[in-house]
Amino acid sequence: MDAKAGQIVEAAPDLAFSHENTFLVGKSFLELGVGRIWDPSKVVVVLDHRTPANTIQTAAAHAKIRQLVKELGIEKFFDVGEGICHQLLIERGLAKPGQLILGADSHTTTAGAIGAFATGIGATEMAGVWAMGSLWLKIPETILVSLNGHLAHGCFPKDVSLHLASVLGPSGAEYRCVEFTGGHLIDTTISGRMVLCNMAAEMGAKAAVVPADSTVLVRYVGCEPHPCDPVQSDPNASFEKKLDVNVSEIPPMVSGPHQIDKVGSVEKFKGISIDQAFIGTCTNGRLEDLVVASSILKGRKVANGCRLIVVPASRTVLEEAIGMGLIQTILSAGGTILPPGCGPCLGAHEGVLAPGEICISSSNRNFRGRMGSDEAEIYLASPATVAASAIKGEISDPREVLPNEV
Amino acid sequence: MRSEGRVWRFGDDVNTDLIIPGRYLDNYDPAHLASHAMEGVSKEFAKNVRKGDVVVACRNFGCGSSREQAVIALKHAGVSAVVAKSFARIFYRNAINLGLPVIISPDGCDLFIDGDIVIIDMSEGVMISESRKVTAQMDQIPDHVRKILDAGGLVPYIKGVIADRAKR
Repeated sequence: MDAKAGQIVEAAPDLAFSHENTFLVGKSFLELGVGRIWDPSKVVVVLDHRTPANTIQTAAAHAKIRQLVKELGIEKFFDVGEGICHQLLIERGLAKPGQLILGADSHTTTAGAIGAFATGIGATEMAGVWAMGSLWLKIPETILVSLNGHLAHGCFPKDVSLHLASVLGPSGAEYRCVEFTGGHLIDTTISGRMVLCNMAAEMGAKAAVVPADSTVLVRYVGCEPHPCDPVQSDPNASFEKKLDVNVSEIPPMVSGPHQIDKVGSVEKFKGISIDQAFIGTCTNGRLEDLVVASSILKGRKVANGCRLIVVPASRTVLEEAIGMGLIQTILSAGGTILPPGCGPCLGAHEGVLAPGEICISSSNRNFRGRMGSDEAEIYLASPATVAASAIKGEISDPREVLPNEV
Repeated sequence: MRSEGRVWRFGDDVNTDLIIPGRYLDNYDPAHLASHAMEGVSKEFAKNVRKGDVVVACRNFGCGSSREQAVIALKHAGVSAVVAKSFARIFYRNAINLGLPVIISPDGCDLFIDGDIVIIDMSEGVMISESRKVTAQMDQIPDHVRKILDAGGLVPYIKGVIADRAKR
């Protein structure tokens, strides 16, 4: 597209997805009275936020959504237990490089991991997209983040993201697109790229993109009819800001309550007693996260007085984790496995926090009240740091317990 | 647009979990959502907010989740406008789409305090407290946003677009 930053364009998405808020999408869509969706083959609906239903009201909303997708001919519908929308989009090959993807969720940025331009919108706006097949978008300025070097032992893409949060703060990428570049990406799996793009939302980013390279494109060989033209900046592009990060200098990081940029090395937080440790979510609930966590938990026990909750990001992740024996390791260590979905991240169910409780979580938000009581505290870290903390019952340095080969 | 309202003043980074916590989202009733509006930052707000009141905030208002219920809660509670130094983009779009004016003011949050009675004069681009003799500047609402807001939100706006097409 030949458009410049700041310009308003009317854009047609290649994919438009929503989750439980499809209830609100459907309500506004029916008010519009257009009868049919512009292109049902481009619409995806996933139930993931409150699954299986936590209340009668949620159950009724799920029932309404099931009826709606049937009536409107939405075939890409993923019911309770399939997994988190952002995970399914990539895992099931729904999202493709070069696409414009709209999601009724703030972490839609995650799909930038495969070289798509993916941005979040609200439910009524999604209803407008269902009806008209387009919406207005402002072409964003771009922040170029160059990642170089190799991660040290015990350090992961989540630590890179938390480091970036310390530099940019909760609004440092507001309205901006974050483009990742640099030699470190050669080391970074799609799963790791999803972490980087997911967490960019916490710095306000409208979208985050890792231009698709061979790591990604090999998955889309022969992908038709889309030309698979990955999103990346033009050779002569101008950037609003450039950040250079040597990832080899980043230690395991922790973000403290109640804001993403209250962040520092794990050293600073070591010894803080925890009641709950949570591994999961669209940020860090994938197979490689469970591999790392299990390598720490193997042959050890979750500390007395501490609960470990593990929520695989999808059915596929759960099945693969079972196949690899990871789930057995987590269970033997005393962890609790919950069905694939968003889990307790948004404070609706499955591990809500009591007043005064402290949780360390592999999720992306530590806002006050996010996971339950306003008087609870949430610390964010990598799955390795969360697992290391679970076995000690206090925030702990993963480098002390992570096997060398991981 | 010229309107009068009472100020509720908030700081930076008021996120949507503070505006309407996730634990209330399984009930879509606007009255229920309004009864918990701003609960994460103020226990007084939902109890005492009156029709026409104005939320004044600093940077990055509405960051976090895309939940449209954040706008529904404020609007149904009676809030007539949100004035902030900057907005998180999904909240901004949601507000426009549901017909809640969101106005950028570089100095509003520095000048006003809780309880100020203010006049918002969009044509002049100012927000005034006559009793305290304070005037804040407000950016004009961009045209592409204005037309959605003037229609009362995205649903009536699109209905209008469809009706116009049918006439042609």
